[in-house]
Amino acid sequence: MDALLVLEDGRVFPGRSFGAVGETLGEVVFHTGMTGYQEILTDPSYCGQLVTMTAPHIGNTGVNDFDPESFKPQVAGLIVRAYSEDYSSWRARGSLAQLLRDHGIVAMTDVDTRALTRHIRTAGAMRGIIGTNGTSREELLAKVRQAPVMQGLDLTRVVSCEQPYSWTHNSAPFTPPATPPAPAEARFHVVAYDFGLKRTILRRLVDHGCRVTVVPGTTPANEALALKPDGIFYSNGPGDPAATVYAFENLFLLLGQKPVFGICLGNQLMGLALGGRTYKLPFGHHGANHPVRHLASGKVEITSQNHGFAVDPDSLPAGTEITHINLNDQTVEGLRNEELGCFSVQYHPEAGPGPHDANYLFAEFVQLMEARR
Amino acid sequence: MPKRSDIHTILIIGSGPIVIGQACEFDYSGAQACKALREEGYRVVLVNSNPATIMTDPGMADATYIEPLDVASLERIIAKERPDALLPTVGGQTALNLAVDLHEAGVLERYHVALIGASVEAVRVAEDRQLFKDKMIEIGLQVPRSGTAHTVDEALEVVDLTGFPAIIRPSFTLGGSGGGIAYNMEEFKLIVERGLDASPVTQVLIEESVLGWKEFELEVMRDRADNGVIICSIENIDPMGVHTGDSITVAPAMTLTDREYQQLRDQALAVLRAVGVETGGSNVQFAVSPTDGRIYVIEMNPRVSRSSALASKATGFPIAKIAAKLAVGYTLDELPNDITRETPASFEPTLDYVVVKIPRWTFEKFVQADTTLTTAMKSVGEVMAIGRTFPEAFQKAWRSLEQGRMGWGADGKDQINPERLHERLITPTPERMFYVRYALQSGMSPEQINMFTKIDPWFLEQLEQVVNLEGRLRAFELSTVPADLLRQAKRMGFSDAQLAILLRVTPADVQTLLNETQLRPWSLELAVRARRKALGIIPTFHRVDTCAAEFPAFTPYLYSSYETEDEAEPTTRQKVMILGSGPNRIGQGIEFDYCCVHAVFGLRAMGYETIMVNCNPETVSTDYDTADRLYFEPLTLEDVLNIVDLEKPSGVLVQFGGQTPLKLARALEAAGVPIWGTPPDAIDLAEDRDRFGALLDRLEIPAPAHGSATSWEEALHVATAIGYPLVVRPSYVLGGRAMAIVYDDETLERYMREAVDASPEHPVLIDRFLEDAFEMDVDCIADGNAVEIAGIMEQIELAGVHSGDSACVIPTYMVPPEHEATMRAYTVRLAKELGVIGLMNIQYAMKDGVVYVLEANPRASRTIPFVAKATGVPWAQIAAQCTAGRPLAEWQAQIERGAGQLSAQGAQRYHVKEVVLPWVRFAGVDTLLGPEMRSTGEAMGSGATFGEAFAKAQLGCGHKLPMSGNAFLSVNDRDKASLLPIARGLAELGFKLIATGGTAAYLRSQGLAVTTIFKVNEGRPNTVDYIKNNEVAMIVNTPLGKASFFDEVAIRHAAIVYGIPMLTTLSGAAAAVEAIRSLRDDTWTVLSLQERAG
Repeated sequence: MDALLVLEDGRVFPGRSFGAVGETLGEVVFHTGMTGYQEILTDPSYCGQLVTMTAPHIGNTGVNDFDPESFKPQVAGLIVRAYSEDYSSWRARGSLAQLLRDHGIVAMTDVDTRALTRHIRTAGAMRGIIGTNGTSREELLAKVRQAPVMQGLDLTRVVSCEQPYSWTHNSAPFTPPATPPAPAEARFHVVAYDFGLKRTILRRLVDHGCRVTVVPGTTPANEALALKPDGIFYSNGPGDPAATVYAFENLFLLLGQKPVFGICLGNQLMGLALGGRTYKLPFGHHGANHPVRHLASGKVEITSQNHGFAVDPDSLPAGTEITHINLNDQTVEGLRNEELGCFSVQYHPEAGPGPHDANYLFAEFVQLMEARR
Repeated sequence: MPKRSDIHTILIIGSGPIVIGQACEFDYSGAQACKALREEGYRVVLVNSNPATIMTDPGMADATYIEPLDVASLERIIAKERPDALLPTVGGQTALNLAVDLHEAGVLERYHVALIGASVEAVRVAEDRQLFKDKMIEIGLQVPRSGTAHTVDEALEVVDLTGFPAIIRPSFTLGGSGGGIAYNMEEFKLIVERGLDASPVTQVLIEESVLGWKEFELEVMRDRADNGVIICSIENIDPMGVHTGDSITVAPAMTLTDREYQQLRDQALAVLRAVGVETGGSNVQFAVSPTDGRIYVIEMNPRVSRSSALASKATGFPIAKIAAKLAVGYTLDELPNDITRETPASFEPTLDYVVVKIPRWTFEKFVQADTTLTTAMKSVGEVMAIGRTFPEAFQKAWRSLEQGRMGWGADGKDQINPERLHERLITPTPERMFYVRYALQSGMSPEQINMFTKIDPWFLEQLEQVVNLEGRLRAFELSTVPADLLRQAKRMGFSDAQLAILLRVTPADVQTLLNETQLRPWSLELAVRARRKALGIIPTFHRVDTCAAEFPAFTPYLYSSYETEDEAEPTTRQKVMILGSGPNRIGQGIEFDYCCVHAVFGLRAMGYETIMVNCNPETVSTDYDTADRLYFEPLTLEDVLNIVDLEKPSGVLVQFGGQTPLKLARALEAAGVPIWGTPPDAIDLAEDRDRFGALLDRLEIPAPAHGSATSWEEALHVATAIGYPLVVRPSYVLGGRAMAIVYDDETLERYMREAVDASPEHPVLIDRFLEDAFEMDVDCIADGNAVEIAGIMEQIELAGVHSGDSACVIPTYMVPPEHEATMRAYTVRLAKELGVIGLMNIQYAMKDGVVYVLEANPRASRTIPFVAKATGVPWAQIAAQCTAGRPLAEWQAQIERGAGQLSAQGAQRYHVKEVVLPWVRFAGVDTLLGPEMRSTGEAMGSGATFGEAFAKAQLGCGHKLPMSGNAFLSVNDRDKASLLPIARGLAELGFKLIATGGTAAYLRSQGLAVTTIFKVNEGRPNTVDYIKNNEVAMIVNTPLGKASFFDEVAIRHAAIVYGIPMLTTLSGAAAAVEAIRSLRDDTWTVLSLQERAG
């Protein structure tokens, strides 16, 4: 046992290092998905988080070039029960540990992840520190207690791109069902704000006939509008939405100008821009099995989720409709404002990882852009 | 959507007798469906011919019919009960096929019965392979190239398209029986012929081979609102080519990236929609290319299946229960997840543990059978194990199997033939995993092993880690092994028994650690246990919670691992632990699970907390809401003691789960575990020949003369003293070597020299065989003072056929009253002498006016469910209460009512139990019944007359009785007089009589018209030719002794192959004549258990 996870409340979980040697601080969260570790650890929304995978065997399928959600691993650290150095997949290009070490990511295995998960479930998400360099638990505890808390943190600037770029790849060969036939050329131009944007979202937009220009999250509204988009996309991302003031203020300026679609942090920013409030969930939603009801149809979607904050339903102004709710805890999962031509969902309709039940939302975005062209 | 209010009464069809490919998982699903629908206020009518099921308990449905599963019987039930709806999806293929038959016969329309849970169209698309493939191609999914054929010539055209190897699957058969893989033209023609024969519609599908592709199954649920969820993904370790029922499988899938898994998920949902499964559970099976990820859809079942039972147990999501609720109109989001309570059923369970299923085969019962695993299922049961990692679950599963292995090898019992290594890796057999282990130990790399086996390298690499750890352990002894390493071993699932071998535990260790000088069979593993506990290495228990700990779990459904935090939260209530019966196998099947479940019911009614321990995922006992607490654990000493340490039960019951818990009784008792009921020593006494023989002598109860021998010379000596014929058997059981009946020195010599490996420790037991004796089975119950007779069954087959393979009847109808009185008296005497508290079964034989005791088993027996159904008394429940100290007197009224059903004078009805035999699965196996039990299941028939009951039992087993044609008669001289009324009866019913020489002459002399035909050795055309030409409708053939042995084997073999009813006893023949008359008269009626009880 050469690795220690120390939580701010003093609880210690020993394990074995399988990533970089060092120390790493972050908010400890757990993800209950059974597949998709490569997508998860490259998802910028996990910036500043120590991600615990509840699925015991991680590393089984190695890592490949298609699955990353960004150009590098983004998690602050990774905690698993049984890391598998040997991997088996026709798509694999290397081992998970090698990827983590190449990017200096600290990771530990042989941890009682179930005990850790149960602890987080009851005590709430909290700060933690992993040390794989021999630092004593006392020292680690002192360090973790000095670390910043997630609430009040704007982390989007850390993960956003610095320069605009365009994206043209679609989802092939892993195109989900309910994807329209690929158009000969893109019919819509979407400006996608990058607060920690996942690549699968971009692939889905392309699937649906969009030409995408990704812009840094700090791009002022007038600059985005100057690109003459048919619609604006507000991305997922890490941190406390309420602390990400620049982003929702900017969104306020965009609303009504162009159709806007938001996902995850984008949903929270939408709520804030529309005049609502957000709050921190006790341990968040991180998994690929959350049931969400689409209120208009009554249908249930199994969704991929990754968020620690949610929109307060009682804070929303008239005219803003709640479109989706989470059936596990009744939290807000989707918003729409007909008049302003905007909608957003708290979960991840693009999946990556997770089920494709909500892929229809990309088609809805396209319809909205079509209608408001 | 709320539940439907336009239907009130719902008919549920069960799956009938246990057969290979269709076992007690359908009792589990049917029982769940009954409970779920009654909970909603529907009136439930249940039909199943299998009495050994919980679903046929009178409390499970409003009207319960133990009747044959055929159109005629169902039509009568429907006419009487007038159900509004029929739920056909919880009774396996049997129920689904019967529902289609009822539809086609117009019965459903005639009585306005709606099918719920599946439409006829959906069943057709899913079952007809061509329709299914067309549908898949239509929705853009890929399937292996293939075609169907109705003749061998058509098949030859198809194979041009698919090439070799080609897979042949007959349509509409259970577990793919009759199919196979052909590598060349000769093999191809042979398998096609057999497949066409096995298919009730004479159709086979011939398919491009995807041998060696990865195999996955997804369990899917869908509701009326088109909400679909995946309950579980299952990955087969044995790749394509081995039937999934014969594959070692793992849940969840281990070797898929999310992108690939989501493709399977999307396709599985698309398959359900395309096939038209509107509500309920289905499983969809995929083959995935390991080299490019290409996906083929292989098949789907539009119903609850064996895999869905496994998925339910693996995830905690009750598929059958939810399927029943969806069928009456609910949607998934309207139903709660029982385990978390707060969250709805419209979600996908997520696992933070690994589940491994290993099939249980019984090839030792079918010595000549080919043990190669192919596309036709051959296993008779399975175990499931849960661990936090794959290696842990894998090792736990091996020791759950109860085949003498204490894990995946490393237990001192490896039998490897190194010369056959490559062959054993290439050809899948039940032993393959042990060859994989040997290969790893010999330094073969996972990549090389993958080349031979096509097992995914990830699994092989995991197993390599187990082998490596084993190597590290071997460097130590128990006293020197570091605590870290020992803990690591436990986390990899090594059992204490394996560690005792690896760490070379000695008697000195036993003395040091246990302070015991006596070395008992379990001492070595207990020494490891003691050391490990001293080091603080004890298991933790975890909850199966459907959600990877995201939400609190309210259901105490537990498994063990070696983690840091225990979640069992034992209560302080008075509690009783019931040890289950482990994997189904021939000789120990669903009957014992029935008894265990009833023990739970009985003790719960007395206010005890009930704790179930079992490892069989197919059963009702492992449903999380059967007992108060469920431990899904191997039934080994180590695992049971771990639970005892934690729960500290007031009592442990070992007499309901068959041999499985009995084998542990002595060791548990020695460890200070409070065993309730009959003391283990009494159980031992009854099994010990010498002690039991002495007891019988003392009680002046006759038993057949017996002796034992360790050599041919000794055996000859014993034989001379006792006289032929003899029953011989080893005092221990090794695979495939068991009981035989010998008539002469020559056969005895062959048996002693070749069949068994006798030694002073393992003598051969020799008993006088009571030829032509009638055998009786008596079940009794005792509370330590009073003894009551629960049931007396007369076996219809003669002595020499294992009681488990013989048909039997309640009440007895040929036993003279004085003999019955003798048996009752012996039973009471033995029960008192042995100190029985609970159940005991005694087998008697009657010959020449003497009643002999053959054996006594002071435990619940295979016949208890049948006796309970026949007498209307819940014997197993009462027995469980006896063990808790409740006197029998408190059940007096019930017991008296039951007793009334046992005598021919007092009984209202006759009840016949008939068995099903798995011959069709094992081509080339001699089908002669003998002292070795080989039946897989049973059906019960009840009727106002013996004939009606017998007819229903035959139909319940799927045996057809002929209504006309040629009856072939051939009996020994002694039986000729008794044959006469039977022959007359057959003639009156319009049968033409044909017979061999002696029998024909006799019958002709009595004025009957008979055609004489040749015996097999007399010339041609002989008896077998007639059978093969379909010129024989039924056979009456009583054994003529050694002289006609081969004739009989030939006849019997032909009869089974051609599906012709064969009676080997005159009592059976007389019963059949009565049965045929009863069916011809059409006077038979259907009666529910509730009506009978009044």
